[in-house]
Amino acid sequence: MSKNTPHKNSKQGNMRLDNGGRIDRQKPVTFRFDGKTFGGFEGDTLASALLANGVHLVGRSFKYHRPRGILTAGYDEPNALVEIGQGNQQAPNIRATEAMIHEGLTARSQNRWPSLGFDIGAVNSLLGRFFPAGFYYKTFMFPAFFWKRVYEPIIRNAAGLGRAAKDQNDPDRYEKTHRHTDVLIVGGGVSGLMAALSAGQSGARVMLVDDANELGGWMLSETNTHIDGMSAIDWIKATAATLNAMPNVTVMTRTQCFGYMDHNFLTLAEKVTDHLVERPAHLPRQRMWKIRAKHVVLAQGNHERPLIFGGNDKPGVMMAGAVRSYINRYAVIPGRRAVVYTNNDDAYKTALALVDAGVKVAAIIDQRPAPSSVLMSQAMARNITVHAGHAVLDAKGTRHVGTVKIAAINPKSGDVTGQPFYLDADLVAMSGGFTPVVNLHSQARGKITWDEDQLCFRPSEYHEACLSVGACNGIFGVKDAMADAAKAGSVAATAAGFKASAATTPDVSEPDMVMRPHLLWKMPSDAVKGMEPKAFVDFQNDVTASDIKLAVREGYHSVEHVKRYTTNGMATDQGKMSNINALGILSDQLGKPIPEVGTTTFRYPYTPTTFGAIAGRDIKGLFDTQRLTRMDAWHRANGAEYEHVGQWMRAWYYPQSGETMEDAVKREVKKTRTHAGILDASTLGKIDIRGKDAAEFLDRLYTNMFSTLKIGRCRYGLMLKDDGMVMDDGVTTRLGENHFHMTTTTGGAANVLGWMEEWLQTEWPELDVYLTSVTEEWAVTTVTGPNARKILEAAGCSVSLADDAFPFMSYQDANLAGLPVRIFRISFTGELSFEINIKARHGMALWQHLMTAGAPFGLTPYGTESMHVLRAEKGFIIVGQETDGSVNPHDLGMSWIVSKKKTDFIGKRALERKSMALDNRKQLVGIKTEDPKMVVPEGAHAVLDPHQSYPMEMLGQVTSSYYSPNLGHSVAMALLKGGHAMKGQTVWFPMIDGKKPIKAVITDTVFYDPKGDRING
Amino acid sequence: MLLIDCPHCGLRDETEFACGGEAHIARPLAENAITDAEFAEYLFWRDNPKGVFLERWCHTAGCRQWFNAARDTVTHDFIEIYAMGSMPASKAGKAAFADAWRRNTASEAAAKPSSKGGKS
Repeated sequence: MSKNTPHKNSKQGNMRLDNGGRIDRQKPVTFRFDGKTFGGFEGDTLASALLANGVHLVGRSFKYHRPRGILTAGYDEPNALVEIGQGNQQAPNIRATEAMIHEGLTARSQNRWPSLGFDIGAVNSLLGRFFPAGFYYKTFMFPAFFWKRVYEPIIRNAAGLGRAAKDQNDPDRYEKTHRHTDVLIVGGGVSGLMAALSAGQSGARVMLVDDANELGGWMLSETNTHIDGMSAIDWIKATAATLNAMPNVTVMTRTQCFGYMDHNFLTLAEKVTDHLVERPAHLPRQRMWKIRAKHVVLAQGNHERPLIFGGNDKPGVMMAGAVRSYINRYAVIPGRRAVVYTNNDDAYKTALALVDAGVKVAAIIDQRPAPSSVLMSQAMARNITVHAGHAVLDAKGTRHVGTVKIAAINPKSGDVTGQPFYLDADLVAMSGGFTPVVNLHSQARGKITWDEDQLCFRPSEYHEACLSVGACNGIFGVKDAMADAAKAGSVAATAAGFKASAATTPDVSEPDMVMRPHLLWKMPSDAVKGMEPKAFVDFQNDVTASDIKLAVREGYHSVEHVKRYTTNGMATDQGKMSNINALGILSDQLGKPIPEVGTTTFRYPYTPTTFGAIAGRDIKGLFDTQRLTRMDAWHRANGAEYEHVGQWMRAWYYPQSGETMEDAVKREVKKTRTHAGILDASTLGKIDIRGKDAAEFLDRLYTNMFSTLKIGRCRYGLMLKDDGMVMDDGVTTRLGENHFHMTTTTGGAANVLGWMEEWLQTEWPELDVYLTSVTEEWAVTTVTGPNARKILEAAGCSVSLADDAFPFMSYQDANLAGLPVRIFRISFTGELSFEINIKARHGMALWQHLMTAGAPFGLTPYGTESMHVLRAEKGFIIVGQETDGSVNPHDLGMSWIVSKKKTDFIGKRALERKSMALDNRKQLVGIKTEDPKMVVPEGAHAVLDPHQSYPMEMLGQVTSSYYSPNLGHSVAMALLKGGHAMKGQTVWFPMIDGKKPIKAVITDTVFYDPKGDRING
Repeated sequence: MLLIDCPHCGLRDETEFACGGEAHIARPLAENAITDAEFAEYLFWRDNPKGVFLERWCHTAGCRQWFNAARDTVTHDFIEIYAMGSMPASKAGKAAFADAWRRNTASEAAAKPSSKGGKS
């Protein structure tokens, strides 16, 4: 054994063994940690490479800034979180135990200032007595401003984990993909492999996923288990080859299953290129898989639990299994003189592995009064001292464990019964028993039960088509686990519809031992009560055993309350290590058995997952659909500023050189009223309605009558919800006896179509009506203003546009510039207007033709801002601006549009409710400011007396407000309580930040051309 | 994410659907006068049972057809999916329909032509 000892001068670390491990010694790698250069091998994790170089201290703890080291060898790691990468590729909170090193990798420790070795925040540790459970709730209550000015900045500075990259422009690409599979197997250890063999042989589509860089799971860290006469690793290799040869089996490594949702929907995060130095351009950095599986097999193994003792968080204190993993898998010794502290047989394997690697094992401290096993005999034969019925009281040392305080205890009560003694050690390997991984099982709403034999929770009932196998099913023996998995693989494939049988379980030779731990929830200590050393339960959130006891003393008895009060299990590791220990302490304090204490909810995600993978390609320009009109290129070429309206990009205004927005809008609205304006109105929702009951349907849909509308005529309609509130408005035209063309608001188009479909399918299926969304079939150009008629004539219109031949609110098919068009004489400006619909592909040609024809008549393009000013001057409402779902037609002063003849329409009965006619409802009025230049901000609240005391009695709010260049004063609309009866009265709009309240008078809503003379040009 | 068996398109992800809430809410006919409070039973009151619930769903990102479903709000299992305008056929679905508080309301009575439940 002495041959395999660390090489003192190795570039890949002086704690590296000369032989063994799953690392590639032909491929040395250099990397940087906190500015220093280190060496490792390909196959190393950052953690194993650091340990090989004797580096244990890798971070500071969350609350107390205590020095923290590497505790585990897997994704359950709570301490060793680092920042990896530089600049805009920097990723925080990466577990060093998972991150594979590659040439040039740069990592930094987190949560320390100014340096890892000397950290100012560590003073918190000395103040520990003042940072108890619930500290945040107790301390930061008064005074309120202290929170904002003092507490929050300090806490934000001192607490927290890693930093996100300052440059948010992540250059990496991420992808999302979907897959249907018959059987999904989570976990590629020997159990997962057996399940995959059974299911794969049946011909079912099988996916086998594992988070690590190679298959094998825990067996990669064991040397004393043999399968089918070969080493476990050789059997794993052979089995992986068998599975890879099956075309129906997909094996994925570096892939973590992090969520299990309804109906066997699971999410996987695949690290595609994280481990590569050169990342191929065609590959994403990570890929998120959304899997729908007919059956799921969970083979995730177990998590080893820490033991609770003073200083159990010190660098140099590690999980016993992890120590074995570093020796056997990575050929690294994490120390030179070890104490093994356990309550079960498993840690004896670690003691033997340490001795084999040339590490001095000072003693095995076993809580059990009379342990006995083959492993124990082997240990004693290797001259290792076993202290049975003893406990570690304290691990001492400043930045690393140096001395361990030990004493005999009463194994039941935990009382210290003997004189404490000390052993020197730079490594404590601890094992507090094993927790089957039931997280995903529980996310899938499977039930768990407390296993009295194994002393752990294991799955009991399944909700989804799912089975847990092996260690995560509470079956810890290798052979038993493999048999369990083989059977489950065949059950899963059978359930997915395949003829399957269980693969033959191979012969397994494994150490004879029991995993059942001795449970002792009292922390043995000889310290004066209240002066016990800090013993950590949740390492990542810095929750100590005494915090949980304090929570119980303060009356928190429910496990969910204790969790929130202490924050135990609420860190990024989701309590993988701390959950059972916290429950145990709680059960001891409450005097209740663990099953009666219950467990907390296991939440998504199982392991932290980067937002990049979740977002995938749905970022920036691909975040949402962007809809452009057919005339968009013209708007862009003519310098339009844009406005988002739903998914549409609409031209907002067209600034000419040197113009501000205000200048441009002023020019556009003036020119439109003096000459003519042209607007791209293509975004208006358009629905084609046909069928012999189309007119009847519209009568039921709108408040006013449509069955009386003559062919070729247009009518404005108001649509209500069945609660009587305004939902949408628009002009509908009768194209034929049973054929209508409906327009809706731009933003409401999809809703209105859905609304109509719902009524037709669910309430009035007897109606013969067909709906087609034709919004994108037609490009729409509005020409409006006194010169509109002349412009259309100049453009070559085939029909007479004279008032008697083509009256207001009528429609004609025509040819314009030789192209077939539908012309609607409707107006949203109050001016003579023609809305020209043309097949979308001709939209641009028509627009350009009209621009040319209109130039001599002063035709000016205007955008949505001018459209709003023009309509506000006329008091035309916009649904969603003047209305908010609580406004009925009467409130808007539009009682004229509510039919009294119809027996029914949507919203009719609701409008008859007493509450809908109350005098003090908010009603739409016009607002004219005393100072004509003053524009009241939209949303401003109106009051009668601006000098009244707070809280002021508010009348309502401004809904639309603009400066009207045509009128030379501002125009606004407001919803005010009882507003209709208040015309002529003065109201005030108080302003914030010391500005003077704005004085105004309540008016009619129509400011411009109240008689409506201009509609005829 | 639920897997929903659209009667027209087959099994599809929940993200393609919209839930339209409680099913079998009959709309009072205009010919039957009812009080504001009774009308509110139709307009505002919605059931939210723990267990089997009869719901309306629409395959909005698919065929855009509405259908009914009996779904267990505890287990999220779909017990049956049945056509709009028809009644549940499963035992649990039938029981959920019969047991709904709405069955004996004036607003539901007023949804029938020449109803005697109306207070005209």
